[in-house]
Amino acid sequence: MRRRRLGWDALGLVLFAALVFPVFWMISTALKSNDQIYSFNPVWFPRHPTLSHFSDAIHRPYFWTDVKNSVIVVIVTVALALVLAFFAALALAKYRFTGRKLFIVLVIGIQMLPPAGLIIPLYILLGDVPVLGINLVNTLAGVILVYLTFALPFCVWTLRGFLLGIPKDLEEAAMVDGSTRLGAFVRILLPLVAPGLVATSVFAFILSWNEYIFATTLLHDGKTQTITVWLSYLYGGNRFVDWGQIMAASTLIAIPVVIFFLLVQRRIAFGLTAGAVRG
Amino acid sequence: MPYLLIAPVVLVLAAILGYPIYYLVRLSLQRYDLFALLQHHGTYVGLENFTDVLRDPVFQHTLVRTIVFTVANVGLTMVLGTLIALLLVRISTWVRILLTTGLVLVWAMPPVVAVQVWSWITNSENGVLNYVLTELHVGNYFQHNWYETPFWQLTMVTTLIVWGAIPFVAITVYAALSQVPHELVEAAQIDGARSWRVFKDVTMPVIMPVLLILTSLSIIWDFGVFTQPYLLIGQGHQDPTNYLMSVYLYIEGYTKTEFGRGAAISILMLAIVAALSVVYIRRMLRAGDEA
Repeated sequence: MRRRRLGWDALGLVLFAALVFPVFWMISTALKSNDQIYSFNPVWFPRHPTLSHFSDAIHRPYFWTDVKNSVIVVIVTVALALVLAFFAALALAKYRFTGRKLFIVLVIGIQMLPPAGLIIPLYILLGDVPVLGINLVNTLAGVILVYLTFALPFCVWTLRGFLLGIPKDLEEAAMVDGSTRLGAFVRILLPLVAPGLVATSVFAFILSWNEYIFATTLLHDGKTQTITVWLSYLYGGNRFVDWGQIMAASTLIAIPVVIFFLLVQRRIAFGLTAGAVRG
Repeated sequence: MPYLLIAPVVLVLAAILGYPIYYLVRLSLQRYDLFALLQHHGTYVGLENFTDVLRDPVFQHTLVRTIVFTVANVGLTMVLGTLIALLLVRISTWVRILLTTGLVLVWAMPPVVAVQVWSWITNSENGVLNYVLTELHVGNYFQHNWYETPFWQLTMVTTLIVWGAIPFVAITVYAALSQVPHELVEAAQIDGARSWRVFKDVTMPVIMPVLLILTSLSIIWDFGVFTQPYLLIGQGHQDPTNYLMSVYLYIEGYTKTEFGRGAAISILMLAIVAALSVVYIRRMLRAGDEA
């Protein structure tokens, strides 16, 4: 038995190495000097690590502008999605009403839509917004609106799961104390649902930070681009590809996602399959 | 009261999703090119876009290619993900923590970042993949170009997608495996059941609902995948021999500014995905009712 476990452990370690290798290679390349990156025999661990590729990357045109764009898009999307989704989730979790089922189907169904399928109408409509008559192509506002539609359904669904976990007695106890429904909600529900709000906002954050297809279609120049699109152009048309710089930039762009992801990974898995695993 | 609470979400979704979908249908019945875009006015052509697209061999081939691609990707993801989940149950705690952390790290990689890393690893000039394969005597891969043929281009996209998708499946299935009653597994083992029998008759029924949901989610995602094939194969190297559905739609409709035709392709694609989603949505609805 013990012998067998040793075998499984070894397999586990090999798998770990294989899975993590691309991430390791990204960081390792980013820290190496060019002669080590392009040497015939690969240098596995950087000798005399250097940060020069990182400094090259952040000094490239538009790096900071596009990071700023991404941060704006992320913050506004997360804030709006959270507030709107919270009330809808509350309705789903605490009330039974006609049209509830239809609303749930809508919420789940929208998450299934392939983004590419909506590029064309969104591109045309944002270029000349009906009624308002303004052009939102090449503005962050346009991209935020689009991200909102994709973030909202997930946020509603996840928050609903968290709200369901709160015992009704707690809410009722608060109301007996003479507070209104709203008061009960603020004092009792809000603190309890805080972890859900954190998990949901991190998801919306990752979604908008990573998004590529809408950003590349709707944002046309370096000044308005998000950082993901900026990175996708880094390959460039030159004969010489500066892999050290590309890997350094990749590392920088991945870091915020990795940090937030590690914080809430369990809850995201839970949100996507909620209900399926319950015993 | 509940209507008041869901009203904002419904309004937003209606405005930025409902209306565009309605507009998409209208667009698909028009000839709408760049000129029409500037005029804000297309020409009504009835179902011409649909009959054109359906008759177009490029569409037919792309559809078949995308289906094969989806089956391969989902199959590999599900099998490898489930195997890793089963392994996670059997290993010592410290290896499990290590492997789980690795999985989460991979899961967290933004797709565009992963594409860049893949381009670097599989690069023909200095890519580490060619070096390792040559050193291991798998063959002579010196300056081997992994993107020579459409088959290999899509195979490389598959490796990238499966790598990125395994963590979600492995971690979710692992969570489901913790629901498998221990006593039952032990009882079966004492009765002399082989591990395959134990898996099939004891473990499988418990994790089946999760596997079903993961499979349908993966099918839907992989069928509509865009970023990885578009960027890994390269924007300049997309052509009818390597199109996947989303890329085909993007280039035929958006890049070539044939918006009406692109709208028709979009609707066909959305219809296929909607049909695929039925299983998933019904499962989720049932879960929603129980709660």
